[in-house]
Amino acid sequence: MKTSILASQETGNTKGVPGADDFDVQRIRADFPILQRSVRGKPLIYFDNAATAQKPAVVIDSVDTYYRSMNANINRGVHYLGEQATLAYDDAREKIREFINAEDAREIVFVRGTTEAVNLIANTYGRKNIGKDDEIVITAMEHHSNIVPWQLLCEATGAKLRVVPITDDGELRLDEFEKILSERTKLVSVVYISNALGTVNAVKEIIDRAHRLGIPVMIDGAQSTPHCAIDVRRLDCDFYAFSGHKLFGPNGIGVLYGKVKFLDALPPFQGGGDMIRSVTFERTTYKDSPHKFEAGTPNISGAIGLGAAVDYVSCIGMTRIAEYERYLLKYATDKLAEVDGIKIIGTAKEKAGVISFVCDDVHPHDIGTVLDLDGIAIRAGHHCTQPLMERLGLVATARASFSFYNTFDEIDYFIDAVRRMLKVFKR
Amino acid sequence: MTELNELYQEVLLDHNRNPRNFKALDNPSGEIEGYNPLCGDKYTVFVRVNDNVIEDIGFEGAGCAISKASASMMTDAVKGKTKEEVDEIYEDVHRMLTNSSNDTDAVAKLGKLAALSGVAAFPMRVKCATLAWHAMRVAMQGENDKISTE
Repeated sequence: MKTSILASQETGNTKGVPGADDFDVQRIRADFPILQRSVRGKPLIYFDNAATAQKPAVVIDSVDTYYRSMNANINRGVHYLGEQATLAYDDAREKIREFINAEDAREIVFVRGTTEAVNLIANTYGRKNIGKDDEIVITAMEHHSNIVPWQLLCEATGAKLRVVPITDDGELRLDEFEKILSERTKLVSVVYISNALGTVNAVKEIIDRAHRLGIPVMIDGAQSTPHCAIDVRRLDCDFYAFSGHKLFGPNGIGVLYGKVKFLDALPPFQGGGDMIRSVTFERTTYKDSPHKFEAGTPNISGAIGLGAAVDYVSCIGMTRIAEYERYLLKYATDKLAEVDGIKIIGTAKEKAGVISFVCDDVHPHDIGTVLDLDGIAIRAGHHCTQPLMERLGLVATARASFSFYNTFDEIDYFIDAVRRMLKVFKR
Repeated sequence: MTELNELYQEVLLDHNRNPRNFKALDNPSGEIEGYNPLCGDKYTVFVRVNDNVIEDIGFEGAGCAISKASASMMTDAVKGKTKEEVDEIYEDVHRMLTNSSNDTDAVAKLGKLAALSGVAAFPMRVKCATLAWHAMRVAMQGENDKISTE
């Protein structure tokens, strides 16, 4: 994106941004019931998409339909509803396989979310393959969910956590990454897109470099999956995790992708029903992946809802979504940069639709409350990235994060609200 | 008054910009760090209690406008007061912050502290306003420790 593309702005939804015109955002907005409501007497402007995304009616309806007409437990009963529910659940798994271009549906494990996926790998792959003085490599911009499970593993095994540093702009120091890797490194686990800064990490390069040394790589895809096309085979990552709720699907459902050769070799995560082949008090044998990792009755409605969400965004096209969001980000970044007293945190060259910012005179929580009174939902806080905040010398930031249902008009309104907010605190 | 001005009243913004008693005490009888892990507000409240009276009080730290202004106003309100008087002020403030029904008489009784009344309409921000108060109450017991809102 060149600045000149945005130079000639006209009135209207897309502000003269070429390319953004073909994106019928008003039609898309009509698909999201919550976007029709107002909050505090103002139209809702939802800029907290990195925390969770809103749900299109097709997702809500799919969950509703499941409970109204199909509810039954899966993989057990021989009755009609049980068969319908099992087929719908398996169908959702297949949709997700296709969405991330995995080779085999056995590589798609349903979990509660990204956090559970990381914990699963730490507790299975980690317990099996990582021991005393072995090293796990993460980065300085990880979410707590890609830090704490590894710390727990280190406490239990005596392994060590190594952290790839970042630049002041919020970019990974790949030179340092290279130096940190050694024969002691047993796993690299890296966030694709930073939830706090929006930095898009060069994960393909990270994966290739780690693979050259035979080190497997896990990717935290919580923020990338909703905002760019994911092809796990092209990335060649060994594990990839994401959450349904950030991908316009229900809460409490997420996905762990793992290459078959890894998943097959792993011990189970939790024990219980549905994950066993046979049980005796002397010896229990387990099913193959993914069932081995899905003990108990899973979140069936969640999986079906996530399948509907994947269908929905696939219809629009992840590439088009990514392109439109780039326009939004560029427009918002340029506008916010013009506001005196606001400092944007995270200025990596490659960014996705997240703008973290701070203001000398106003604490992020006050920014959040003031904007909320204008109907604007942003996040204020440490974004579950306390080590990153510490690295940047901050306690918290305010964060606006966009999705493809946001508009250029909303950004204008947001910028005006930020200016009004600054006036309140300077009066 | 708009909701915005009701919450961020001029008095509150003034205390945020120019916090009163914003200092550590040399020989405090109690010193407590209050931390709100949700938003990172962190203050240390120092008190010197002598003969059942808060002889001096100060605080240090950083956080949002509501937490800092509340801490600042608190120091003004409790300095020179007996423990019993402080307990009463605390109860009144707590009631004002957690009860959005707005008992105007009770709020008026609080004098300058009434500037915090707008916080009651924002349940997510009540902990910001009460943080320093909780720290002060523990510090009065002569404790030296850390507390958290969680």
